[in-house]
Amino acid sequence: MRISKRRFPFPVHILVFLAPAVLLYSLFMVIPLVNSLRLSFFEINNQNQVSFAGLQNYVKLFTDSNFAPSFWRALRNNFVFFAVHMLVQNPIGLLLAALLAAGGRIRNFFRTIIFMPTVLSVVIIGFIWQLILNPLWGVAESMLEAVGLGAWFGPWLGKPETALVTVALISVWQFVGIPMILFYAALIGIPEELTEAARVDGATGWEIFWHVKFPLILPTVGIVSVLTFVGNFNAFDLIYTMKGANAGPDFSTDIMGTLFYRTFFGQQLQLGNPTMGATVAAMMFLIILTGVLLYMFLWARRVQSYEL
Amino acid sequence: MRKSFTLISLLIALSLILTACGGGATPAATEPPAAEAPAATEAPAATEAPAETEAPAAEEVTLTIESWRNDDLAIWTDSIIPAFEAQYPNIHVVFAPTAPAEYNGVLNTKLEGGTAGDLITCRPFDASLQLFQQGYLASLNDLPGMENFGDVAKSAWITDDGADVFCVPMASVIHGFFYNKDIFDKYGIAEPTTREEFFAALQTLKDNGETPLVMGTSDQWEAATMGFQNIGPNYWKGEEGRLALIDGTGKYTDEAYIKTWQDLADWQPFLPEGYEAVKYPDAQSLFTLGKGAIYPTGSWEIGLFEKDAAFTLGIFPPYVENAGDTCYISDHTDIAIGMNAATAHPEEARTFLSWVASDEFAKLYANALPGFFPLSNAQVTLDDEIANEFLSWRQTCESTIRNSYQILSRGEPNLENELWRVSAAVMNGSLEPEQASQEIQAGLDQWYKP
Repeated sequence: MRISKRRFPFPVHILVFLAPAVLLYSLFMVIPLVNSLRLSFFEINNQNQVSFAGLQNYVKLFTDSNFAPSFWRALRNNFVFFAVHMLVQNPIGLLLAALLAAGGRIRNFFRTIIFMPTVLSVVIIGFIWQLILNPLWGVAESMLEAVGLGAWFGPWLGKPETALVTVALISVWQFVGIPMILFYAALIGIPEELTEAARVDGATGWEIFWHVKFPLILPTVGIVSVLTFVGNFNAFDLIYTMKGANAGPDFSTDIMGTLFYRTFFGQQLQLGNPTMGATVAAMMFLIILTGVLLYMFLWARRVQSYEL
Repeated sequence: MRKSFTLISLLIALSLILTACGGGATPAATEPPAAEAPAATEAPAATEAPAETEAPAAEEVTLTIESWRNDDLAIWTDSIIPAFEAQYPNIHVVFAPTAPAEYNGVLNTKLEGGTAGDLITCRPFDASLQLFQQGYLASLNDLPGMENFGDVAKSAWITDDGADVFCVPMASVIHGFFYNKDIFDKYGIAEPTTREEFFAALQTLKDNGETPLVMGTSDQWEAATMGFQNIGPNYWKGEEGRLALIDGTGKYTDEAYIKTWQDLADWQPFLPEGYEAVKYPDAQSLFTLGKGAIYPTGSWEIGLFEKDAAFTLGIFPPYVENAGDTCYISDHTDIAIGMNAATAHPEEARTFLSWVASDEFAKLYANALPGFFPLSNAQVTLDDEIANEFLSWRQTCESTIRNSYQILSRGEPNLENELWRVSAAVMNGSLEPEQASQEIQAGLDQWYKP
C-alpha cells in the first residue's frame, strides 16, 4: 500500500489536462443547466419579483387544465415524431449504408449527395419543402399528376391529420445521412475474413447480412437509436420554421420544443413565463436523461461488442 | 469505444438541452449596460480624461429603435430618420427591426439581458403594459407633444387607472376587403354591402371559375385577425359588444359570435384549393398576381398591393347582415413607440419621441406608409387614394378595436392564441362554430371574472 502510493504520486498532470474542458463545460453547459433546473422551482410575479415555489410548477404542468393537456399532447406528438424517425429514417439509413458498403464506382458521389441535406440550414430545408408541397405553386402536385397520381395530392402541411407526419418525413429526408454514415462506417469495419468464411460455408448475401454483419453492428444500432431519441426530443427548429410557434393546425405539430418556446418566450399576446418554461425544459431534460440511461443500462451493457 | 460513444451522446444530450434553455435563464440579472455605454461611445475621441465628461451635448449620440415592422425598414431609413436627423444633427437614429412573429420574445429577452435598444416599438395593450410594470418602459406623462393625442388614441398604452402613459401612439390599421376591380367589372359585380350580396358575389365568381376569396389558414392568425376580427364587429356591434365581453354581460357563446364563425365556415368553399397549407405570403402573391378576386385583410396591405398588383385595386368595408344596418369597422390601435427605461440617452430619446408626437411626423408617417393612419389630432391629408377611402369609413361607420386585446388576453389559456386556433379550425372544417364559441368561453371563464 505504502509502496504503491510512493510509486504513484497524485496525478496532478491529469487535473491539468482535464481543466480546460471541465472549465468550459461547466461555464457554458453545467452551470446554465443547473440554473435552468433551479429556475423551475421558482415563481415570478408581475413586478418581476422571484419567489421560491417548490414543486408547484411541476404540479401545475401535470394537473392544471391549461398546461396538462398541452404537455401530454406535445409529449404524444413527440413520440410520433420519434417513431417516424425510428421506422423510416434508420431503416433507410441502414439500407443505404448496406448498398454503399456493397461497393460500386459512384458510391462516393451518392454518399456525398445523400449526406448533403444534413449540413444545410433547417430554415432552407423548411422553405424549400414548403415550396415543393405548396398547393398553389408547388411541384409536388404536378409531379404526382405526371405519373397519374394527382388525386393523391393534398395540402398535407395544413391538415391536422397529416401535418405532423409530413414534417417528420421532411426531417427524415434531411437527416437520413447521419445514420447512413454511422452504419456505413461500422459495415466497412467488418473484416473480409468473416464474410468470406460465411460465403465458403454457403451463406447467401441475405444471410450474411443478417447473421454476420448485423450482429456486428448492433452497438451502432444502439448509438443511432439514442442519437435519434435525443435529437427528436430536442427538435424545434424545423417545426418553428414551417408551422410557427403555435405549431398549427390546431397544435397538431406541437412537440416539446415548440411548447417550451411558447411557454418561455410567449407568443403574440401571450406573455412569456420563464419559470413554467424552465419547468418544461426540465421535463425535456428528464425525458432525454431517462432515454439515455435506459440505453446505457439495458442496451449498451447487454450488446456484445466484438474486438475485430 | 462503446463507453466513449455513450459519453458523447450524453454530452450531446446535455448540450442540446442547454442551448434550448440557456437563453433566458437569468431573469434576475437585469443589469442594464447603461453604465458602460456612454464610455464606449466616447472612447475613440478621448485624448484626455477630463474632456470626456465635459461636452456630452455636442457629442453624437446613436439611438436604436426596436420594431417588428421589418417591412418598413426602407421607409424609416430613407425618409423618416433623415427628416429627424436634419433637425437634430447630433442624434443618429438606427431602425433595427425583428421579424414580427419573433418580436415579443426577442424584445423580452433583450430587455431582461439589458441589450435592448433605446426606443421600443410598443405592441398595443398588455404586452407593453407588462413591460411598463416591470420597469422596462419609462413613463411619458410629461413628454412635450403628448397633448396631441386623445383618450382613445392613448387607450392602448395607458395603465388601467389612467395614471401613466408609456408609449407615443403612432398608428392604427383598419380592416376591410381588397378586391380586383378588373375581375369584378368582367362579371358585372358591384361592391357587396350586405352578407347576402357578398355570398352572391362569391358564388358568381366561383361559377365563372375564378378563385373568389384569397386566404390561407396555415399561419392561423389570418383566420382570427383578417376573418373573425374583420367581419365580427358588424355582428357584435363594435364597442358595445367588446365592452360587454369585458364587463361580463356578453359571452363568446352569444349568437353574434357564433354567426361570425358560421360566416368563416361558409367561406370555405370559396377559398383557394389547399388553403389549409396556404401561408400568408402565398395568399398575398396569389392576389397580387391577379389570380383571386377578394382578399380579406386590412389597410396595412396598401403599400405592398399598390406596388405589386398590375390591376385596379378596390376596397369595400366589412359587409353588414341586413341592408341599412349600422356598419362597424375594426380601427385597431396598433403601433406606438416608447422609451427603454434603461437607455443611456434619455434626453435624446425623449427628443425623438416628442418629434414622433408632432404633426410633422404624423404627416410624414401617414404618407410614407399608406394604410397606417395617424392617431394624433393633427389634420393630415393623405395623398393615397385607397388610404383616403379607408379613412373615410371612420365617418360612415362606428370604430372599434379587436375584442381580444384589452384585458381579456391576460390569463391562461391565452384568448388571442385560442382565437387563432379555433378560427383556423372552423375554416378548416375541423371545428363547428358552436363548438368554437363554447371552447373560447370556457377558456375565458377559467380565469376571467368580470
